[in-house]
Parts: sequence; C-alpha cells; structure tokens
Amino acid sequence: MNEAPESYAAAAEVAVVRKRRGRLERIWLALKKAPVSAWFGLIVLSAYIVVALFAPLLAPYGEAEIFPAPFGPWEEAHRFGTDQIGRDIFTRLIYGARNTMGIAFVTTLLSFAIGGGLGLVAAINRSWLDQILSRAVDVLMAIPSLIFALMLLSIFGSTVTSLIVIIAILDSTRVFRLTRAVAINVVVMDYVEAAKLRGEKIGWIMRREILPNIMPPLIAEFGLRFSFVFLTIAALSFLGVGIQPPTADWGSMVRENASLIQFAQYDIKAGLTPLLPAAAIALLTVAVNFVVDWFLHTSSGLKDEH
Amino acid sequence: MSIEHNDVLLEMRNVHIEGFADEQWHPIIKGVDLTLKRGQVLGVIGESGAGKSTLGLAAMGFVRPGCRFTQGTVHFNGTELIALSETEKRAFWGTRIAYVAQSAAAAFNPAHRLIDQTCEATVRAGISSRDESRSDAIALYESLQLPDASNIGERYPHQVSGGQLQRVMTAMAMSSRPDLIIFDEPTTALDVTTQVEVLSAMRKIVEHYGAAAIYITHDLAVVAQMADDIKVLRYGEEVEEAETRVMLESPKEAYTRSLWSVRALEKTEEKGEDIVLSMQGIDAAYGSSKVLHNVSINLPRGKTVAVVGESGSGKSTAARVITGLLPPTAGTVQFNGEALPSGLKSRTQSQLQRIQMIYQMADTAMNPRQTVDEIIGRPLEFYLGLSGAAREQRVLELLTMIELDESFLDRYPSELSGGQKQRVCIARALAAEPDVIICDEVTSALDQIVQEGILQLLLRLQQEFGISYLFITHDIATVKAISDEIVVMYQGEVVEQGLKSDILSPPHPAYTELLLSSVPEMDPDWLSTLLKERA
Repeated sequence: MNEAPESYAAAAEVAVVRKRRGRLERIWLALKKAPVSAWFGLIVLSAYIVVALFAPLLAPYGEAEIFPAPFGPWEEAHRFGTDQIGRDIFTRLIYGARNTMGIAFVTTLLSFAIGGGLGLVAAINRSWLDQILSRAVDVLMAIPSLIFALMLLSIFGSTVTSLIVIIAILDSTRVFRLTRAVAINVVVMDYVEAAKLRGEKIGWIMRREILPNIMPPLIAEFGLRFSFVFLTIAALSFLGVGIQPPTADWGSMVRENASLIQFAQYDIKAGLTPLLPAAAIALLTVAVNFVVDWFLHTSSGLKDEH
Repeated sequence: MSIEHNDVLLEMRNVHIEGFADEQWHPIIKGVDLTLKRGQVLGVIGESGAGKSTLGLAAMGFVRPGCRFTQGTVHFNGTELIALSETEKRAFWGTRIAYVAQSAAAAFNPAHRLIDQTCEATVRAGISSRDESRSDAIALYESLQLPDASNIGERYPHQVSGGQLQRVMTAMAMSSRPDLIIFDEPTTALDVTTQVEVLSAMRKIVEHYGAAAIYITHDLAVVAQMADDIKVLRYGEEVEEAETRVMLESPKEAYTRSLWSVRALEKTEEKGEDIVLSMQGIDAAYGSSKVLHNVSINLPRGKTVAVVGESGSGKSTAARVITGLLPPTAGTVQFNGEALPSGLKSRTQSQLQRIQMIYQMADTAMNPRQTVDEIIGRPLEFYLGLSGAAREQRVLELLTMIELDESFLDRYPSELSGGQKQRVCIARALAAEPDVIICDEVTSALDQIVQEGILQLLLRLQQEFGISYLFITHDIATVKAISDEIVVMYQGEVVEQGLKSDILSPPHPAYTELLLSSVPEMDPDWLSTLLKERA
C-alpha cells in the first residue's frame, strides 16, 4: 500500500483482505471476546448435553426401576429421594435431560425443515403459492397453539411421534414467517437473478444462493424455538398429554410430585423436590437464551463501535 | 467567483486519521493540509479509497465510527474542532457547517415531509421560528429552480425525483446560511440531463450566499465546473493542488495526467452485417404500465451496440426482455436467426448459456458467501460439465484473462475492490462461453481510472473471442470508448439507431441533442456556456 504502482494494474487495486484463519481459530477468537453470560450459557448447555448423552452411565439406577419406598426422603441411596411409586428422582432427572432435550431437538429440527423449506419456496415464488402458504400460516397462528396441540394430541394419541409431528407443525408457522421475511430481502439480489438466468434449479437457489445468507437469524431463531418447544413439551407433560410414563420427563415430574410442595413446612427438602425438574427447565432456557443473545450480537453487526 | 479570497475560513494542518479493521489500526488520511478561504470552492478528486469522504467529514471535525484522529488540527473560523466535545461540535454542524451526501434518497427520512426536514436544523438550533424557516425554505426551493416551489415541500421524499431530492438536500444544507458546505459526490447518482440542472442550481446558490464549499467527486468534468481550485488525493495523501484552469491545462504529476487521459479512450467503429441478436417490435409492460413501445434493436456479431438514455427510458427493461425475465406482450427476440421463447423457463440450457449478463452493482451480483473460485467455477460445472483439475485449470485461465491471479481464488467478494469485483463478474459471464453479453451500466459505479481498465478488458475480450456486447449506459464517454453502434432510447421508445459516427454528429433529434449536450466537458466554462445557449 505504501509503494504506489506507477501504472494501473487490476491485481494491485487495494482491497481489505481478511487474514485467513482456520475455523477453530476463528471460533476461539470469538469465544475470547464473549461476555460472561455467553460463557455461562455455553458451559451449562454443554453440561446438559453431556448428561443427556451419557445418561445411562451417570445415572445410579435404571430409568423405570421401582424401589419399595414411595416418596422417600433425601438420603445416601436416593440423593433426591423417590417419587410417588418409588422411582429414584435423581436418576429420572438425568434421563429427563435426554428425553426432553432429545424430543425438543428433533421437533425443532423438523419444524425448521418444514417452516424453513416452505418459507424459502414462498419467498422465491412470490405468487399464488406464497399467498396460499402465508394465509394458511395466518390461520394456524390465529388458533392458540397450546389448546390446538391439546386437541390434536387427544385425537391422535400421546405417542412420542405424534407429539413431535404436532408440535413441529404448529411451531413451523413462526419459522415460516421468519424465513420468508429474511429470504425476501435476499431473493431480490442480483446474484439470485444471475442464478435464475443461469438456469439453476430452485433447490440450488435455495441451498446455495439464499440459505448461506440468512443463516445467522435462523440459527438464533433455532435456539429460541428450541427453548419454546421444550417449554411446550414440559407444559403438555404437566397437563398429562405429553411424554407418557414410564419415560422420564421433567414436565411430568413436576406434576407427579407437585403435591410434595405442601410438605415444605415440615421438611424443606421434600418441598424442593418438585422444584428440581422445574429448575432444570428454567436453567436450560436461560442458558440457551444467553448463547443466542451473544450469537445474534456477534453475527448481526449490532455492535457498539466505541 | 469574483469574491476576494482573503479571509481564511477553514485550515486543516497535517491531519492523520486511522480506521480500525481486522484487529488493527490502518491509516486512512496520512497528513493532509487544506486551506479554504471564505467564498472559495475547493474540488477534491481521487479514486474510491483515496480518503476523499473521510477528509470531507474531517473538515467538520467528525470521523466515522471506528475511525479516529491521530494527529493534526482542524481550525474552523478560529476554533479548533478536533479537541471539542461531541456536544460542542454539534453547535457547528448543520448550522455553520453543512453536509450534502451522495445518496439523497438514503439521507431523507421517508416518513416526514420535505419541508419539515429542510427546516429541522434551523428550528432546532433556535435560529429562526418555524414560520420564518418555512418561508425561507420556499425561497430556497425557488432559487434552486424546483418546480412548484411553494408546494413541493409538502411532498414526501418518494414523491419527487432523484434530481429534485438532491436539490432539496442542498436547500436543507443552505437553510442556516452556513459558512461551509461539504458536497460529497452530490451528482454521482444522477443522469447527465438532471446533473446539469443540479450543478447549475448548486453553483448559483453557493455563489449567491458566498459560502465556502468543499466539492468531493471522482468526475473531473464536474469538478471543473464547480471549483476554483482542485486538490488531487491518492492513498490518503495529497498528490497536488492548483487552480482549476492551471490543473486542467498542465497537471504536474503523472498520476493526475493518468486521471485526465481516461476520457480519451475511443474505439474505431466497424459495421457488422451478421445479426446475432435482434429485438423486433417489442412491447413490454410491468403490470398495467407500459414501459416499451415497439422497440427494435439489432446487435451485429462481434460488435458493440450501446443503448443510451436517462433512467426510466426502458434500457434495462429491454435487457430483461432479452434475458427472458420479463416476457414481452408483443414482438419477438431472435437469436442466431431463431426466435427465443419469451419466458426464462421455456428456454433451453444452451440458449441460456449463449446470452450472459453483467450487472451494474458488482457488489450485489455476487453471492457474498461464495469465494471467487466458486463464483467463476459454477458456470463451468453447470454448462460445460467441468470438474476437478479441468475446472481448476479453466478457472485459472479465466482469472488470467481478467488480469487477476490465483491468489484471488479463495477471496470473498467483500475482499475485492470495486474494479476487481466487476472483473470477476466478467469472468463469470465469460466462463459460459457466450455469444452475447449484456452489460447493464457495468462501469457507472466505478472510478474513471478503473472504468478505463474494465473497458479495455471488454474490448480485448471482444477481439479475442468475437463476443457481441449490448452495452447499456447513460455515460457518453463510455459510449465513445466501446461502441460500434448506438441506440438512443427515450420513454420506452427507440429515438434513433445507427453507427456511432452518425448518431454523434449533427443533426440530432431534439432528445439526442439534449442528452449529448448535457455531458460535462473538461472545460471550466462548459456549464456557463451551455446554460447561456439553452436560455
């Protein structure tokens, strides 16, 4: 840059070239600058994932193993006591991470596949198909989703599959709206027109031209939707139409042990028991939100310059 | 320009500015001095990245977020601006110093009426009451020759044209009768015909109120009309400064001379017989509004046809009809003697391959998430089925053709300069091995020196591969440089078509005359002479 070339050369034009960094190096750089809240969120999230993955190794007993004493106190053998039919609560908390998070994850993935895919198609098409899809989504969104989910679950039965499919479809409406809104800004770009002029198929345009340019908001939304799906499942389980026994799940654990809370005046630990799965839910939601906030902040360019 | 330039208004000494990028501070302005007297107009020219805009803002004691002053002083009317706090600086901004930005459309708030935005600065600063400043704004609109001056202020920004908006913005800057106005490329986004009006209005008002001005542009011919003196910047340093006439007649530095020489490029025209692409009696419409009326254009093989006209004349729509993006309501497009299907979807892959397109804004024409390798390589995979080493080989050949090297392969578009981006777009079009390339204002967003490089590249490629260009532009200098034939369009109709020499020499139809005479020339008296002739 200091040596100004005498004659004009295209390759010598000045442009800002970023240093080539490996992916790991870039992630490490970003992490170094991350705020405490993001670190907290990441650590909690990884801890949950480890627990979910290695549940059978970490849990002292089997998921549905029944011991003779129901409503057992907190003691050496049963760290958080036993539940109404004598299952170890600590074990079920660990398995609950696996079931609730696993189902929520699959559901969110499915809702992104449906909502994201249709949203992209609608954004590219922008004609009758867009109208039909968007109005259908409006109708679905007009119905309170928890009530709608309750109704559908009572029609199709509370199996894990129908739970996943129903929540995914109801949730995909929001993903559809977001994807369509951000994709519309990208669809009008000249490079998308160039791809159309080249004769590219819609699949290529969706995957290669548009998707990479709308990833940041979608990833952030994935985190938030995951939290919401997870809360919905917990809520449905609490109402009794979610994940069915004997599968361990935090929502139903709160419900099954809810009555223990009135014993708090005699034994504070017994009173805390139903709050443990609730705390697990709350902590995960907070952690996910911290991570999403940080990700949105770094990827959206919404930075304080000073 | 008869005012005595004695009283120094602005004095910048040894100004250094740095910008923060990629975890490092990079110098942007490296020690520039600038002296401006009352009533003086200083033109600042240079390529993009030379630091023109940064210097202009620095004259207000302002740096963009992410930048900082490291050295130097800016004295405005005796006050040192850099050391002042943000609040103290605000006392000057918008009242004593005004700024006119390049894109008027982006600088206005779409939700407020023009007159409210014009008066905002004076009313907020408490200089005058709302009613006073409103009647003053109307007077300013009048002196800027805005149509229906007493009512135009009631409109919203989208209800007036680009040229009118730019003039309203000048009125806004003048509203507080500032001592200094900074014009940052105010006419770059305008058509030549509109540019003349805006330039004369701005010159008149600056002279009338005796304000000093810094006029930033990359267009020499424009700056010649406006400025008393010209300063040439390059890489954040001053190349030279001299009085306008002296500078135009005998520039000292080699770099300045190279800027001057660009407009000399001219292609010798050749008549082509073999028609590769022809539009016959095309009508086209967006919804119910008709944009093209019976347009017929013939493109000879291996030649360049330039389509000229102001914005809204239907130039780009014609291109959309050819590419199949907008099926015409009547008429046909013939390619190599066969009629092309009107819609994009019904065309075969080879028909798509044979007609390629290069866009005005190279920034948006390339996917920001793809590397140069992917961008150039995709047509090779898609049309020619190349892969692996053969594809690699060809991509490198194409890069050599556009005078870039393999170090560019893994760069993203954001890491290329404006000219390099446009070159990559050319390589992408070239990769398809087309017969026809439609160039839609491909050089109008570029600096002159870069423009010349791109035009020469296009000419060389035409000679080597016999490609035909349909070259859409509003710049007559570009037309001279590249075309064999010219099509003049106005309001969706072809005014005339013919060989370059025929169209450019008189007699002209009225519209061609207006268009040609509006192209600024490198003569400081051009604008005055033109206005006298037209009056």
